[in-house]
Amino acid sequence: MPVSLVLEQLLNGLQFGLMLFLLSAGLTLVLGMMDVVNLAQGSLYMLGAYFAATLAAATGSFWAGLVGAVLATALVALLLEASVLRRVYGADHLTQVLATFALILVFNEAVRALWGPQALLLSVPPELARPVTLLPGLSYSAYRLTVIGAGALLAVGMFLFIHRTRVGMWVRAGASNRRMAQAMGVPIRRVFTGVFVTGAALSAVAGALLGPIFAVQVGMGEDVLILAFVAIVIGGIGSVKGSLVGSLLVGVVDTAGRAFLPSAFGLLFAPEVASNLGPTVASVLIYLLMAVVLFVRPRGLFPVHG
Amino acid sequence: MRARDLSVEQARRAGVALPRAFVLWGAGSVAGLVLLAFPALAQALEWSYYLSLATKALILVLAASALNLVLGYGGLVSFGHATYYGLGAYTVAVLAREGVRQAWLVWPAAVAVAALAALAIGAVCLRTRGLYFIMITLAFAQMVYYFVVSFKQYGGQDGLRAPRTDFGLPLGDAEVYYLSLLLVAASLFFLWRLVHARFGRALQAARDNEVRATTVGFPVYRIQLVAFVISGALTGLAGALMAHHTQYVSPAMLSWPQSGHFMFMVILGGVGRFWAGLLGAGAMVLIEELFHSLTVSWQLYVGLTLLAVVLLAPRGLAGLVEGRRR
Amino acid sequence: MVVVLASSLLVSGMAGGQARTLRVGFVSTLSGGGAALGQDVLDAFQLAVRHLGGRLGGLPVEVLTADDQLNPDVARAAVERFLRRDRVDLVTGIIFSNVLLAVGDLVFSSGVFYISPNAGPSEYAGEQCNLHFLNVAWQNDNMHEAMGHYATLKNYETAFILAPNYPAGRDALAGFKRFYKGRVVSEVYTRLGQLDYSAEIAQIRAARPRAVYAFYPGAMGVNFIKQYAEAGLMQQVQLLVPGFSADADVIRAVGKPMVGVFNSSHWALELFNPINRRFVEDFRRSYGRIPTLYAAQGYDTALAIDHGLRAVAGDLGRKAEFRKAILSGFDSTRGRVRFSKNGYPIQDYYLRQVVELPNGEIVNRLRGTIFRNHGDAYVEKCRLP
Repeated sequence: MPVSLVLEQLLNGLQFGLMLFLLSAGLTLVLGMMDVVNLAQGSLYMLGAYFAATLAAATGSFWAGLVGAVLATALVALLLEASVLRRVYGADHLTQVLATFALILVFNEAVRALWGPQALLLSVPPELARPVTLLPGLSYSAYRLTVIGAGALLAVGMFLFIHRTRVGMWVRAGASNRRMAQAMGVPIRRVFTGVFVTGAALSAVAGALLGPIFAVQVGMGEDVLILAFVAIVIGGIGSVKGSLVGSLLVGVVDTAGRAFLPSAFGLLFAPEVASNLGPTVASVLIYLLMAVVLFVRPRGLFPVHG
Repeated sequence: MRARDLSVEQARRAGVALPRAFVLWGAGSVAGLVLLAFPALAQALEWSYYLSLATKALILVLAASALNLVLGYGGLVSFGHATYYGLGAYTVAVLAREGVRQAWLVWPAAVAVAALAALAIGAVCLRTRGLYFIMITLAFAQMVYYFVVSFKQYGGQDGLRAPRTDFGLPLGDAEVYYLSLLLVAASLFFLWRLVHARFGRALQAARDNEVRATTVGFPVYRIQLVAFVISGALTGLAGALMAHHTQYVSPAMLSWPQSGHFMFMVILGGVGRFWAGLLGAGAMVLIEELFHSLTVSWQLYVGLTLLAVVLLAPRGLAGLVEGRRR
Repeated sequence: MVVVLASSLLVSGMAGGQARTLRVGFVSTLSGGGAALGQDVLDAFQLAVRHLGGRLGGLPVEVLTADDQLNPDVARAAVERFLRRDRVDLVTGIIFSNVLLAVGDLVFSSGVFYISPNAGPSEYAGEQCNLHFLNVAWQNDNMHEAMGHYATLKNYETAFILAPNYPAGRDALAGFKRFYKGRVVSEVYTRLGQLDYSAEIAQIRAARPRAVYAFYPGAMGVNFIKQYAEAGLMQQVQLLVPGFSADADVIRAVGKPMVGVFNSSHWALELFNPINRRFVEDFRRSYGRIPTLYAAQGYDTALAIDHGLRAVAGDLGRKAEFRKAILSGFDSTRGRVRFSKNGYPIQDYYLRQVVELPNGEIVNRLRGTIFRNHGDAYVEKCRLP
């Protein structure tokens, strides 16, 4: 197997994993701090993509669309937090799952009413619509490289913010023990609103950046949402580091499984068996990964105590 | 676990006066009579559609009540009960495809397959708690889903026809209705005895305070696993019934939205109340009936109804009924 | 509960009392990822009914709609409602084959016709063919066969073929291979509903085939083609797709990178006949978008029903005559369409290519004919007369 192919698949996995991280980071912090399961995170990702497509078409600039989408989605998140989420703090997970699942349905319908059932167009910015030669024999999409760069930058930024700033300390305190943090004078409600809106903004970034690669359409958030949950559960709920590791694992394992498993099975089994088994095992590989991780470590790879 | 005579003890413990029990029994008998006479009524009035709807509602009552055992009484939020439902249904269809249609073989097989799956999955999942449990049950459900979809000889994504099993006499729609009624009533009776027996109290004790339940000496893991297997087996029975009702099985029966659907019914009914499955499934069927004409924007209405239930009546319909009475 | 049941009975009872209204049960995918397809068929069906003066075969029409949510169980419940409660005269609308296979026997056993605007599973073309089933679109394998034949004509020696890992995907690639005489270098099945195809695209790049054939309906197609273009493969390896993966809805979502893609179809925007001209113009005017082949099929479904009903003077009880009238041919957006005994069309399949017009508009242009009077591979197994 050529080395360049393996490298390319690694880059693909990395890119997918980093985008998953943008979604799972917000999810894990909201879960860790306020113990709130927010399924509507996927809807915010979808909104990000829709806002980006609309604004990019209106302004003619992808980047203007990206910035506008982040601001608009943050605003929606602010309203959402004040109107619905605030009412389910302290409720059990089941209630939250249901309330936010209801939000998914409402958001899907609203988007359909506003933009119609057809998928929207969001193009790669022209300056990035070309391949870049990384090594002899390995050229890779400039746009995907940019996405990797942006994802890595945001990940580093988040770590610095959480580990080096005062607000970040509050966030960590809230995630490991909310009551204690509150008793120590951390304005937990305001911090939480901030975390929620930031999480929404990150999801919007993911939505806008993935818009040119994926279809911008109703329901695009749900599939990604499940993967993001898998990632944070693997990593350990509440841990940003865990969600990064989990996201990268999911991205790389999923990509590598699809790329290499079928041919590997071809070497091991008869052709008919392999052609049936290969794709099936590749599709369940990340769930298998999650089950194994949870079997060995029931609280994920980086458990947060509290 | 020892099942004890409950009705008296139950009444004493709850401090409820006996007349209320009489009222309940009276209402129950009337409802029972209506349920028994329904097929004849439906035939007289050419209501074949409503007979089918009633059968479906009965089957969903069983599935939701089975989920309520782990979700409500056990506090274990399983996001993968569609697996057992689908496996029960697929057992019927696959055996029929292989030429096995004897009822005495097929029905136990359907329940056994679901129970074994619940045993294997539960044994792993019950090591985790909270959201981890939700996600790992979902993970197994997804694995089973993709596994079934990839079987071309059993229809894959297209699903599979499921001819009704052979009881020695032909099963018509009315017979399937009565079969469902019988099995659902028997299952509900069994569940009632179970949750009011020592076993049920241990299960609830583990839900309310696991550490204490362990200290008191309850084998928490084993109790929860048994509850999980019973729940899976009954859900499998519901699946087998559904396969008989629709004479068709599809991978959608194994999908995660189906699991969510069951959860929704239980929550709508009132988590952890015994009649949650009955009220929730009944209300669900009615809601679908009401909203079906609003096809294009059904999502909006169902979504708003859900939000209203969660925000305004978090204890579900059973909670509303109880609240009114107090 | 009783009130609800009683009132809905009352409604259906009243509607039943009106004389001679044709009730059409239209069940289709109207929410989720496949919603755009169902909406196209529904909009076009209703446009045709309007063009025919609100009547089909002289009878006033009432169209009842239901969303199948791409879920066979939901579809079954909806169809049961149509048949047993609303007592519809005809059922139509389904997009996806797995949904149709779930409800087919229910409709047929009630003695009601199902006129398919899209789904054309091989089951109903062969041994399970049914008097009550007609498909005005195409048998599932046809478009893939046409593209396989085209790849052979163009002497593409090697091809890389992909589809989702489910029966329709496997059938599609089987259809392609049935007419492709070159060498298949790799046959890849991906997870149903997969979003990211970068791993597969990297494999294509490494395999260096002459052509790629990809069967990805709905949103999967948009994703695959977008990523294929974005990887810069559009200029290197010829991409071949079935017609529905290169239609107006996909073009709208992918944009300029799609220019150059070849695809097969039984219909094209610029087919020159008065019915098609009127359909295309009025569809654009009424709904503000370019019609897809799904829309054309929805429009033709109404025309076929109209044609059949005229032959029996609006009496659907005369089943054999109704069926025979449609089978012997009706005038559609594709000109006159004839049928095999199994109820599937015998028609021409065209080659189309996505091109950019001088005014910047991107459309799918007719490039030639691949098959003339092409039927399906299963008709021999059908025992209908």
